[in-house]
Parts: sequence; C-alpha cells; structure tokens
Amino acid sequence: MADASYPEDLLYHPEHDWARIDGETATFGITWFAQDALGEVVFFDPPEVGSSITAGEPYAEVESVKAVSDVIAPLSGEIVEVNGALGDTPEKINEDPYGEGWMVKVRLSDPSERDSLIDVATYTSQLS
Amino acid sequence: MSRYTATTAEDLRAMLEAIGVGSVDELFDRQIPAAVRLGRALELPAGMAEQDVYAHLRELASRNTSAEDEITFLGAGMYDHYVPAIVDMLMGRSEFLTPYTPYQPEVSQGNLQVMFEYQTAISELTALPVSNASVYEGPSAVASAGYLARLANGRSRFVASAGLHPHSLETLRTYARGFGAEVVEVPLADGVTDPAAWAAAIDTDTCAVFVQQPNFYGAVEDVAALSAAAKEAVDDVVVVGSYDPIALGILVPPGECGVDVCVGEGQPLGNRLDFGGPSFGFFAATEAYLRRMPGRIAGETTDVDGKRGFVLTLQTREQHIRREKATSNICTAQALNALAGVVYLTWLGRHGLVELGELLLQRTHYAREALTALDGVEALHPQPVVREFALKLSAPAAKVVARCQEQGVNPGLALEDDVLLVAITEQRSRADIDRLTEVLGAAVAAEREAVHA
Repeated sequence: MADASYPEDLLYHPEHDWARIDGETATFGITWFAQDALGEVVFFDPPEVGSSITAGEPYAEVESVKAVSDVIAPLSGEIVEVNGALGDTPEKINEDPYGEGWMVKVRLSDPSERDSLIDVATYTSQLS
Repeated sequence: MSRYTATTAEDLRAMLEAIGVGSVDELFDRQIPAAVRLGRALELPAGMAEQDVYAHLRELASRNTSAEDEITFLGAGMYDHYVPAIVDMLMGRSEFLTPYTPYQPEVSQGNLQVMFEYQTAISELTALPVSNASVYEGPSAVASAGYLARLANGRSRFVASAGLHPHSLETLRTYARGFGAEVVEVPLADGVTDPAAWAAAIDTDTCAVFVQQPNFYGAVEDVAALSAAAKEAVDDVVVVGSYDPIALGILVPPGECGVDVCVGEGQPLGNRLDFGGPSFGFFAATEAYLRRMPGRIAGETTDVDGKRGFVLTLQTREQHIRREKATSNICTAQALNALAGVVYLTWLGRHGLVELGELLLQRTHYAREALTALDGVEALHPQPVVREFALKLSAPAAKVVARCQEQGVNPGLALEDDVLLVAITEQRSRADIDRLTEVLGAAVAAEREAVHA
C-alpha cells in the first residue's frame, strides 16, 4: 500500500472524499486516509450512470474486509461514468486512490457548491 | 436477599454506602418518580419446591400428543421424518451445542467447516452456486429473499403464488409493509398457479415473483414455465422459489428452472418437529445476488503454512459489518439446526436422498389412490404430487379429523371447511396408510350420516 498522500490540486470533503473539477464535470474518489481506515477493499458497489447524486449524501458503497461503508458525494450532479475496472480490481482503491482508484465522473448541477469544499491544508489539518 | 442472588447483605451495605444512599428503597425513591412506581409487591404465586415443579411440568407434558403417540399424517411444511442417532450425537457435542455467535470466527475452525460443508450440500441440492450458512426458518427466508430483490433492483411490487405456505405469505407481507412493498397474490387453477393470471400480474414494476415447489396443496408446479413467463415480462425480475428440500431428490433442481433465489424450510432435514421449532431456513442464489444475501457465508482457503482452513468470507448485511445499516442478523446457535441438516444429508447420501424421494412418491401415490376411492372423498386437484396431497371431503374436515383422532390416527391438517391436507413420510408404512383409509372412510361416513340424521 502506498504512503500517505494528499494531492494539492484536489478539493476535499470532510467525509474523506476528493473531487477533481474539470469545467462542468468532476471526478470523485476517496482519500488515502479513508482507504487506510477501511483496510483491504474487496468490493465497490457503484451507482447507475444517469442517476442524480446530492452533495453530502451517499452515492456508492465500498466493502472492506472489516466493514461496508457509504461513499459521500462531495458535490451534486448526474453520474456520467463509473470506474468499471473496480469491479474486478477493487484493490485499486487502496493502491492508487487518486488515480486508478477513481470512482465516478459527474456532470455538476451546481458549480457554486465547490466553495463548500476544503483545500488540502484544511483537510489534512482535520486528520490529526 | 434471595438465595439465588450472589450479593450478600454486607456487599449491599458497602455498595449503598459508596453511593451515599441509606437503603435500596431510598435509591429507588430518588431515581424513579413515584407516579410510575407500582407501590406494592407483584402478584405472583408462592414459589414451588423443585420436586413439585417437576411433577407440575410432567403433568403439563402429559397433555401433549406427540407424533409418536398417534399415527400422524400431519405435514403442511413440517414433516415427521426419522432422525438418525448420529444427528443427536453430533449436535450434542459441546463445541457445537454452546457456541456464541462467532465474532472472531477463525478461531472456531470446526464451526466454519460445518457451515462450509452445509453450504456445499445446499448448493448441490439446489443447483445454485451460492448458499449462505442458513437463516432462521422457511417463512422468514422467503421474506428475506423479497428484501434481497428490493436491494437488487429497487422496485417494490411482489407477485406471489397463492400456492405459497400461508406462513410464508404472511411473513412476506409483514416484511414488505416495513420496507414499503406491495404483495399481489396470484390464484391457483386446478391446484397450481394459474399461468394466465400469473403472466397478467407481472409488469415492468415487478420486483420479484414467488412460487413454492411443491406448493402448499402438494401439487408440483411447472416452475420453469413460471420463471420464463416472469423474465419475459421483465428481465431483471428476481424469481424466488420456496422448495421442500426432500422433494429435491426427485424434482428438477431450481437452478435448472430459472430460479434466482431458492429458499425453504430446513426442518425435514434432520430436525424433529419439536412443537414447531427451532428449525432452520436455507437460502441459495445465483452469483449475481451474492452480496445481497442475508446471514454469512463461510469459505475454504489455505493458511500461511498452506494448510486447508476456513474463513467467514461474506457477511455483508450483518450488523457488525454494516453497523447501523444492517439488514440481517443471523446469530448465536442458528448453525446448530443447520448442522443437523448437513449431518442428515450426509447420512442419507446422494443415492439415499433419491431413494427416499422415490419411496415417498410411491407411498403417496398409494395413499392418494386408496383415499380417493372412499365414498365422500376426492382429490382437490389432479396434479402430480410428491409427498403430500389435498383431499376434498363431503363432510366438515375439522370434525372428521376429531373422529379419526379418537381412533389414534391424525389424518392430516384440516383446511378451510372441507379440505384435508395429508402428508406421507417414510415413517408411515403401508399398514399405517391402510389404517388411515379405514378410519377416514368411517369418519366421513359417520359425519355424513350425522348431517342427514
């Protein structure tokens, strides 16, 4: 498992999610801290493409050897793509949480919500 | 202080002193508002000496009639099969008899191995790839399959055959009300689920369909046709089949009939009637529903030294995994009844199960022929049966049953006004069936005469 890391270019949600915003769409995943707390991830249960998700509400589930947990949406919008590769290789969430372990791509319904997210410094200060 | 309480007067004084209260009454006065206090002693009878309790319980027990005291043809979901001594011998081992639910399961390798072998047996019996380690009993297994379907496709309309056991239908309705689903019942025609009504009832909002094999009235359903009709209407509908496991010795298994989730009452497998329980329910499914299954699933693996070992692989709906969102809680010694099931299946073996099924088929056929030849007795339906069948009597069924019981024969379960459900097991010999024919014929004749008189 990779060492702790929190990329500077991402926005964070206090429920240990990250968002990479690219114009009107964004990519979501969970942080290094979240995957480390979960332990070995054995299953990712994605939402359906086309479904609507709401900031602060669960949109997917991750199952580790210890627990099943909700994944919280950092921003609202419509699911345009899910990471199908996680079906066979959910361990990518542990190995590469900000890269191959991405979970969904979302067309944002309210871009102003990004102001409610926190930067890396604020997020990491909450971890200690 | 009661002699059954370990606290001595001295202990009590020390504890009261530590919290600064003079007496137990004062403690209660301070903590519990007077308005909600009873203010007097409970009205309980005086205690009894152990010897008197024993005599009292013996008197109560003597009022029961067990399946060994009369020739019984009762069934309707629970059956009087012979339970071999090896079941009691293995169930009685303290490692199995007194475990707590395995929260640290891997230290209990024996329990996990039992679960794994049980799952393997159920999987082979049902021809479905995944079985859990059992649930509480048949009806809650049916209802829990409904919840699995709701988790899987999110819809909330259940279509259920009227051939389901009434307890299963009732439990399904109870669960469905809790999670906001409706249950639509499809009537029977000629003793089996009406195919036209079945097809008409299933629409694109349908979440799951439910059929029982053989159905409550003993009839063998065309499960493959019912499954196909359901999937034609809506391709991701979940087909739930509730099966009699004993009948699977001779019927096409559910996995080959389009059934997605097969559940059923496990009592006929090595569990005695025991006044209705405890027993176990079995729960098997296609791989697509693996993560929606209630309970737990044990798996086989190898340890760091390469030796065979067992782990709890999946328990995704249980409360210690899903915390406050748990939707299943199968615990403590539930596995004990499933242990009886796997010991029984192992004792019978592959050929034994088939032989038992064939024996039941022959005796049931013999009984149905003999009984329907009686005056005032006819078959309720013409369908093929395996081990149970329904009769229509030209006399009140409950009164006929009472007359037969006076002769030491319990002819079966009285349903509605004039329907009698008769079950056969390998414990009912041909001579027993002949005796039933004689007693039932006389009882029906006597009741008809009583009406005419």
